Amino acid sequence: MKIGFYPGCSLTGSSREYKESILAISEKAGIELVEISDWNCCGATAAHNLNKELSVSLPARNLALAESDGIEELVVPCAACYNRLVMTQHELNEDEKLKSQIAEKLQMPLKNKLKILNVLQYLEEYFVPRLDELIKKPFEEEVACYYGCLLVRPNQVIKADRWEDPMSMDVIMQKLGAKPIDWAFKTECCGAGFSMSKTEIVGELSGKIVRNAVNQGAKAIVVACPMCHSNLDMRRPAINSYLKTKIEVPVMYITQAIALAMGMSEKEAGLQRHFVPVSFSVNC
Amino acid sequence: MSRIGVFICHCGENISATVDVVKVAEEAGKHEGVAYSTDYKYMCSEPGQTIIKQMIKEKGLTGVVVAACSPRMHEPTFRKACSEAGLNPYMCEMANLREHCSWVHDKSDATTKKAIDLVRMLVEKVKFNKPLYPIKVPVTKTALVIGGGIAGIQASLDIANSGHKVVLIEKDPSIGGHMSQLSETFPTLDCSQCILTPRMVEVAQHPNITLMTYSELEKLDGFIGNFKATIRKKAKSIDEKLCTGCGLCTTKCPTKKIPSEFNAGLGFRTAIYVPFPQAVPNKPVIDKENCRYYQQGKCKVCEKVCPTGAIRFNQEDELIEIEVGAVVVATGFNVMEPSEFPEYGYGKYKDVITGLQFERLASASGPTLGEIRRPSDGKIPKKIVFIACAGSRDPAKGIPYCSKICCMYTAKHAMLYQHKVHDGKSYIFYMDIRAGGKNYEEFTRRAIVEDEVNYIRGRVSKVYEENGKLIVKGVDTLLNARPVEIEADMVVLASAAVANPGSEELAQRMHISYDAYNFFSEAHPKLKPVETNTAGIFLAGACQAPKDIPETVSQASGAAAKVAILFSQDELSREPVVAVVNRSAPPVYSTCVGCFMCATACPYQAIGEELITDRKGNVIKKVAKVNPGLCQGCGTCVAFCRSKSIDIQGYSNEQMYTEVMALLNDE
Amino acid sequence: METKNILIEVKRQTGVNIRECYQCGKCTAGCPVAEEMDLRPSVIMRMIQSGTNEEMDQILRSYTIWLCLTCETCYSRCPMDIDIPKVMDYLRQRSLVEGKVHPEARKIVAFHKSFLNTVKRNGRLSELFLTIDYKMRSLRSGTLFQDMTVAPGMISRGKLHLIPEQIKDKKGFSRLFKNQLKKRKP
Ligand SMILES: Cc1cc2nc3c(=O)[nH]c(=O)nc-3n(C[C@H](O)[C@H](O)[C@H](O)COP(=O)(O)OP(=O)(O)OC[C@H]3O[C@@H](n4cnc5c(N)ncnc54)[C@H](O)[C@@H]3O)c2cc1C
Ligand code: SF4
Ligand code: SF4
Ligand code: SF4
Ligand code: SF4
Repeated sequence: MKIGFYPGCSLTGSSREYKESILAISEKAGIELVEISDWNCCGATAAHNLNKELSVSLPARNLALAESDGIEELVVPCAACYNRLVMTQHELNEDEKLKSQIAEKLQMPLKNKLKILNVLQYLEEYFVPRLDELIKKPFEEEVACYYGCLLVRPNQVIKADRWEDPMSMDVIMQKLGAKPIDWAFKTECCGAGFSMSKTEIVGELSGKIVRNAVNQGAKAIVVACPMCHSNLDMRRPAINSYLKTKIEVPVMYITQAIALAMGMSEKEAGLQRHFVPVSFSVNC
Repeated sequence: MSRIGVFICHCGENISATVDVVKVAEEAGKHEGVAYSTDYKYMCSEPGQTIIKQMIKEKGLTGVVVAACSPRMHEPTFRKACSEAGLNPYMCEMANLREHCSWVHDKSDATTKKAIDLVRMLVEKVKFNKPLYPIKVPVTKTALVIGGGIAGIQASLDIANSGHKVVLIEKDPSIGGHMSQLSETFPTLDCSQCILTPRMVEVAQHPNITLMTYSELEKLDGFIGNFKATIRKKAKSIDEKLCTGCGLCTTKCPTKKIPSEFNAGLGFRTAIYVPFPQAVPNKPVIDKENCRYYQQGKCKVCEKVCPTGAIRFNQEDELIEIEVGAVVVATGFNVMEPSEFPEYGYGKYKDVITGLQFERLASASGPTLGEIRRPSDGKIPKKIVFIACAGSRDPAKGIPYCSKICCMYTAKHAMLYQHKVHDGKSYIFYMDIRAGGKNYEEFTRRAIVEDEVNYIRGRVSKVYEENGKLIVKGVDTLLNARPVEIEADMVVLASAAVANPGSEELAQRMHISYDAYNFFSEAHPKLKPVETNTAGIFLAGACQAPKDIPETVSQASGAAAKVAILFSQDELSREPVVAVVNRSAPPVYSTCVGCFMCATACPYQAIGEELITDRKGNVIKKVAKVNPGLCQGCGTCVAFCRSKSIDIQGYSNEQMYTEVMALLNDE
Repeated sequence: METKNILIEVKRQTGVNIRECYQCGKCTAGCPVAEEMDLRPSVIMRMIQSGTNEEMDQILRSYTIWLCLTCETCYSRCPMDIDIPKVMDYLRQRSLVEGKVHPEARKIVAFHKSFLNTVKRNGRLSELFLTIDYKMRSLRSGTLFQDMTVAPGMISRGKLHLIPEQIKDKKGFSRLFKNQLKKRKP
C-alpha cells in the first residue's frame, strides 16, 4: 500500500528520529510512505506572522505537487505542517478568488481535494485495527499524552474530537499497553515558535506542562509534534530554571513508542537522539 | 337582482384630502346593481351608521359596501349596523380606501381612479355574498394542566378556586418541579419547601382537582372548548388505594445506588422510591429500568415487606381519555449539561457542580443536610468559585440568550455559602449582573457589600485540577484584563436554562408553536403573553422562557384567568369564515373525489372524512369534511384541492375571480 | 481613520467582525502569554472597537501582537467565535509594513525573517543556516549568542545537517517570493 508523505523540514533535521520512526513502523506494517516530490517548507509560524500570501502559497505548492504526483491521501506527521496545510486547504476552499490567484502564481492546477491525515489519524486508520498482530512488547508505563495546539485547534476548522480533552492518542497508547494518565495540560501551548527567540517563555509554558504531567504521575510524555518535542526535550534547561528543579521525565514521539512496542531496538526507534535520556527500561 | 348600497367615507381628511370622494360616489352610483351611493365625513360615527341603516330599509338594499378604512378597524362596526337594520352582517363588505389608497399615494386622478376600482371590486364581490351565521360551539368546563411545577400548581389552584374542574398531570412521581429542589429563594431567602409544600398539599386535597402523577400527554385532539386528551398513566407498580405510604419498601429495596434525580445526582435512591420526603402524593413508584425484578426476574423484596400487599408487578400503563375545554401548558425548563463546556471540567472533576446541585447541598433536605460539603471528600470548601453565564450568552457553543435567573441565584448561592462557611471566601466570575426585579438590585448589592462576595468581571477560560486544588483561570476585565488564577476547593457553574428535552414533540402533539430554542411561543410577545397560537391552549411558567418564581406565578394566574374567562361562557361563537366542501345533487353528491390532499395540507388538522350513505346505510362515497370548530380559514386546502371542491365561506373562488375580473374589465 | 473605518478595514482584511466582541475576557483568561503582554487580547479587541488612529497606532507598536503564539486557544473558546489569531496576523503584518515593531519584539521578527530567508534560499529550512542567519540578525540588534549551548548537542545527535537540503524547481519556487519580502518603507 502506498500513501503520500510530507515530512516537512523539522523531520529532516532536528526531529529526524520522528521521521525515522514513522518510516520504520510503516515499513514493518507494509505501508510505503511516498514523499511528495520536490516538496518545500510550509512557511510555519514565520510566514503567517509576516506575510499573508506566503502563508498560503507555500503550503499550496505542496498541495499542488501532491496532486500532480497522483496522491489522494497525505500523511503529515509534523503537527505544525499539518495545521498549515489543513488551514490553507480550508482557506482556499472558502475563497475561490484566492484559489485561482494562487494557482496562477504556482502555475500548477489546484483541485484542493486532498485528504490530509495527521499522525494520530494515520495511526488510527492504518495501525489501530492491526495492533494486536503488530505488537510484540507491550509498552507498560504511565504516560502523559500531549497533543499541543496544532492538532486540535482552531476547532472551527480542525475537527478534532473533544478538543479540550482529546482522547485519540490516549486510546492508541492504551492499546499499546500503556496507562495514559488524566491530566490538564493536554492541549496547552508549549511556546511553539519561540524556541529560539523567546526561550524564557518556552521555559515557562513548557515548564507548566511538564510539571503537571509529572505531578499526575507520568513516566514519559508522548508527543506528536516536533516543535512540542524540541521545546519539552531540548529546552529542558530553560524548563528546569523556570521550575527551579531538575525534571527528568523523557519525551518521546508516539511513533517511537509504537516502534518499541513493535519490538524494535531503542536505536532503531531513535531514542539516542533525545536530550533527556529515556531513563526507564522500555523494552520489558 | 342585487340592490347594493355604497357608502364612501372621508375619514375626516384622511381619505378626502387625496381621493376625490364625491367622484368615487358618483362613479359607484353608475355601476350596475348599485341602488344607492353617497359619501360622508365619518361613516363610523353615529349619524354615519344611521345613514347606512336608513338606506338599507328605505332602498331595500341586499348588500352594502363601505369604502373607508381597514376592515380590521371597523368591519365589526358596519356589520353590526347592517344586522341592526335587518341585513345579514356578512352581506356587508369594506373597501379599504385609507391604508390601501389615500395614505400611500399622492393626490391625483390616478389615486381617485384606484379608489373607484377598489369600490367596484367589492361591489362585484358582494353580489356573490351569501348570508352566513356564526358558528356556535359548546364549552367543556374542565381544564387540563400539564406539568406540576409551581406554574402548574398555581394555575390549577386558581382555576379550581374559580369553580371549575382541573385535571393536573405530572410526568414525575411527585409534583413540585424545580422549586421543590431549591434551598432558599431570592430575593427574600425564604425556604422554598416551606412556601411550596402547603400548595402541593392543597392541590392534592382540592375537590375540583384531579391529580395524576407519573402521567403524560399522549395525544390531544379537538379544538377550543372541546379538546379530547389521551393521557398515559404510567404503571407505578403499586396499588395506590392500598399503599399507606409507610415507606418500608423503600428502606428494604436492595437496589440502592441509583443517582437521585431530586438531589441532582448528588445522592442515591432505591428502585422503589418516593422522590423526596414532602412528595405529593407521598406514595412510591417502582422505577422499572432499575428494578432487579423487572430487569432480572428475581427479587420482590418490596412485595414481601409491604404490610398492606400493595405492590403490583403486573400493573400496566393505562391510557385514559378525558374531555377538556382548555389546556394550560406548564412543563417548565431544564438546566443544560455543562459537559458541553469541557474547559470547565464538569463531569471530569467531582467538585465542579451545577447551580442546581449547589441548591441541593444548601438545602436542609439535601444529601449533606444543608452543609456545604464537597462531593469528592465531604470537606467544607474554604474557597469557592461561581461561574455565571455557564453556557448562556454563548452563541458559539451554548445558547445565545440570557438565562435570566442565574445572576440572581448565583448571588444567592454565594450569600448562602458565606452565611454557612464564615471563614470561607467566595468569588463570582460574571459578565453583567442582571438584577432587574423588585428588590433584586438591593439583593446583589447586599451580597457584595455585606456578605463580602468577591465579584470579578470576566469569563473563566479553564478549570483544572492540580495538587488537589481546582485552578480557575479567569480574568478581571475591570483591571485592564488582568489574568486571575484562583486555587479553589469547589466550582459552581450557573448552567444555562434550556427547554425540556422532548418539548418539540410535545408542542407538535398539541399543535402549538415553539421558538428556535424549543421554548413554547406565546401568541403575541407583548399583548398575548399567555395565549398560544392555538385557541384554548395557554402557557404558564418556564416552558415559555426561563423565568423566576414571581414571574412564573404571575403568568400562571394569568393563564388561569384566561381559562376562567373562557369557561364563563356556555357556548363560543366563531366567525363563519371557514372552509366547506361542496355538496351537490345525486348522483354526484359532491365534486370531492376523496383524495384528501386537503387533509394533509391543513395546518390545523381540521379536515376529516365523511361517509355519504344511501337510505339503507350503504356507503356511496367518501368525501372530505371540514370541522368548523378547528378550521382557521387559512385557505391552504383550497389551493391544494384538485377538483376545486373546497371554498372558504365569504371568500369563495367565485368571489375572488369576480373581484379580479372587475379590476381587469376596466370600464 | 475613525472607529467605523478601522472596524470595516479589519473586517475586510480578515473577515472578522470585532463589533461582536462583548468584552467577556475569556480570550485573555486562557491566553498562555497574557501575563507578559502589554495589551491583553480582549483589550486589543476593545481598542479596535472604540479605536481612533492613536489607538490603532498603540496596538501596532505593542509587544502583544508579537508575543501572540497563534496557539488558537482564544479563538477556540471565544463565545462569539472571534478569530483573534487571524486579527493578530493582520496587525503584525501592518506593524511591519508601517515600521512600528516594538523594540522588544525585534528578536522575534528577526527570527521569522531569518526563517523565511532561509526558506527563500533553499526551498526548505536548514536549521543550521536559520540559526546562523538569526544569530547574525540578533547580534545586530544586540542580543547574546544564547543557543551556543544547544548547537553542539544537536550536531552530536545528528540533528544539524551541515549541507542544507534544497529543492529542485528553484525558479518556480522563487516566483512565490516575488514582491513579498520587501524591505520596509523608510
Ligand atoms: C439553580 C436554580 C436556582 C433557582 N433559584 C430561584 C430562586 O431562588 N428564586 C426564584 O424565584 N426562582 C429560582 N429559580 C427558578 C425557578 O426554579 C423557576 O422559576 C420555577 O421552577 C419555574 O417553575 P415551572 O413550574 O415553570 O417549571 P418547573 O419547576 O420546571 O416545573 C415543571 C414541571 O412540569 C413537569 N413536566 C415537564 N414535562 C412534562 C410533561 N411532558 N408532562 C407532564 N409533566 C411534565 C416537570 O416534571 C415539573 O414537575 C431557580 C432555578 C434554578 C435552576
Ligand atoms: S423488586 Fe425492585 S423495587 Fe422491589 S425491592 Fe426488589 S429491586 Fe427494589
Ligand atoms: S442571568 Fe446573569 S448569569 Fe444568567 S445568563 Fe443572564 S447574565 Fe448570565
Ligand atoms: S473571548 Fe471573544 S467575546 Fe470575549 S473578550 Fe475575547 S474576543 Fe471578545
Ligand atoms: S492565539 Fe495568541 S492571543 Fe490567542 S490565546 Fe494564543 S497567544 Fe493568546
